[in-house]
Amino acid sequence: MIETDQLTRCYGSLTAVDALSIRVEPGQVLGLLGPNGAGKSTAMRMIAGFLIPTSGSARVCGHDVVREPLKAKRALGYLPEGAPSYGEMTVREFLQFIVRVRGLKADDGYRRFEDVVQRLQLEDVLGLGIDTLSKGLRRRVGLAQAILHDPPVLMLDEPTDGLDPNQKHAVRQLIDTMARERTILISTHLLEEVHALCNRVVIIARGKLLADATPAELERRSRYHGAVSFSAPGGGMSQEMLGRLPQVAAVEIDALDGRITVFPKPGQRILEPVEALLRAQGLEVSEIQLERGRLDEVFRQITTTTIDTAIVEAAA
Amino acid sequence: MNPVSAVMRRELRSYFVTPVAYVFLVIFLVLAGILTFYAGDFYEREQADLQPFFVMHPWLYLILVPAITMRMWAEEAKGGTLELLLTLPLTLWQAMLGKFLGAWLFVGLALLLTFPLWLTVNYLGSPDNGVILAGYLGSWLMAGTFIAIGACLSALTRSQVVAFILTALVCVLLILAGQAQVLDFFHGTLSRQLINLVGQLSMLRHFEAIARGVLDVRDVLYFVLSTVGWLIAGVLLLDLKRTR
Repeated sequence: MIETDQLTRCYGSLTAVDALSIRVEPGQVLGLLGPNGAGKSTAMRMIAGFLIPTSGSARVCGHDVVREPLKAKRALGYLPEGAPSYGEMTVREFLQFIVRVRGLKADDGYRRFEDVVQRLQLEDVLGLGIDTLSKGLRRRVGLAQAILHDPPVLMLDEPTDGLDPNQKHAVRQLIDTMARERTILISTHLLEEVHALCNRVVIIARGKLLADATPAELERRSRYHGAVSFSAPGGGMSQEMLGRLPQVAAVEIDALDGRITVFPKPGQRILEPVEALLRAQGLEVSEIQLERGRLDEVFRQITTTTIDTAIVEAAA
Repeated sequence: MNPVSAVMRRELRSYFVTPVAYVFLVIFLVLAGILTFYAGDFYEREQADLQPFFVMHPWLYLILVPAITMRMWAEEAKGGTLELLLTLPLTLWQAMLGKFLGAWLFVGLALLLTFPLWLTVNYLGSPDNGVILAGYLGSWLMAGTFIAIGACLSALTRSQVVAFILTALVCVLLILAGQAQVLDFFHGTLSRQLINLVGQLSMLRHFEAIARGVLDVRDVLYFVLSTVGWLIAGVLLLDLKRTR
């Protein structure tokens, strides 16, 4: 479990994290979302015990990170931003160093070592210097380091940043298999990741918590939620008729590919009426899609409106 | 295994996988030899001891120790591994001590490798080997102080060059503090007691007796306490950086 209580961190006059209170329970995979510079990494660094909070507190498995740092750190597996590791060491030396510092017993340490090497498919690169590895492999070494002691709490700062699609998929699968009974906090700015991994999302910007919801709840806030889109060759004529349907709020045509999107009025379901209308008009529709809502749009809406308001406030 | 020894082993190993260790050892041994025979008048003195060898050690350490300590924390801060290290379950003290011991053992190894000089002096005459042993121990003790200074100042900055220059500067000040010229400089401005104190801070003054083979408790205490003091300062600096 991770708990933060009014966690605050200032750098001079800049407040990087502003009274952040979150609570992540076992079984949850919480995605910490925010634009660059929102305070995601700073918050994680405080929870990991690297930075001392200016005020407020953080606990990992009930251990205060400032008052009982060693107990908190033992319960936590942490992948810092950019997955730093000692470049001059080989993968084997590096992981064995982590085993020793973490004080794992000889046989237990060896079993864990074998386990993570197999899980992250590092068998072939054990003898190679970390400096010579590709970005994706280095990230996997960083992940191996974080899960080496089988921690109940896992905190990963942009775990898939810079990986190719296959590697991203592999890392997500790994996190997925670890998710049961563990508490996982990941930071990301990839919205697809939230869909793939998280059962809860916290959005922060300028250090402040702006939203705390499930991915589905967030999607429902999108104006695209429940919208219907389709491509119809020469279908521009239907725009007016669709707009006249009582459940429809607006109709938009993409200037580039001519795709038509029909937005519902709040609480209305429009897939059936739209389909019925198209059929009645005898229009050929290549494929029709019911939209779940667009996270990127919600994200932009949440993070930019507050910043705009802040700028207006500052000006006034 | 204890985190201190894990950090120590990593530190020690990192010297040998990069050319640092070999460059250091070669230069240390060559310079130690040259300085002893040419600048130290090893033969001309016609005495079977290693005093001319030990007398050169503060100057050798002045150049070489900052070169091995400069990367100690600065490199970790710059490469981001500091975040990794300090989020592992070990205290700042254990990390500092591990790194210090790694560097100290390494300098100890360099000292051991000067054994041909000891063989030479034993071949040429019959020196007091107890005196030589005391000299070696004293020199190693002094190296500890140099390393502690370097460890502390490396924690101050992300730049290895800055760490090197600051360490060399502090060390040269501490070496020279007891010299007559330096003390004369303060003559008009400071009271006699303060000048005496400045003189007492001098490494050279405390090492001279050791180089002659006299291990005085006060000299040993000077090096032990200043080593501990600089290490404490380094830990405090690292801690301060986490709050700022």
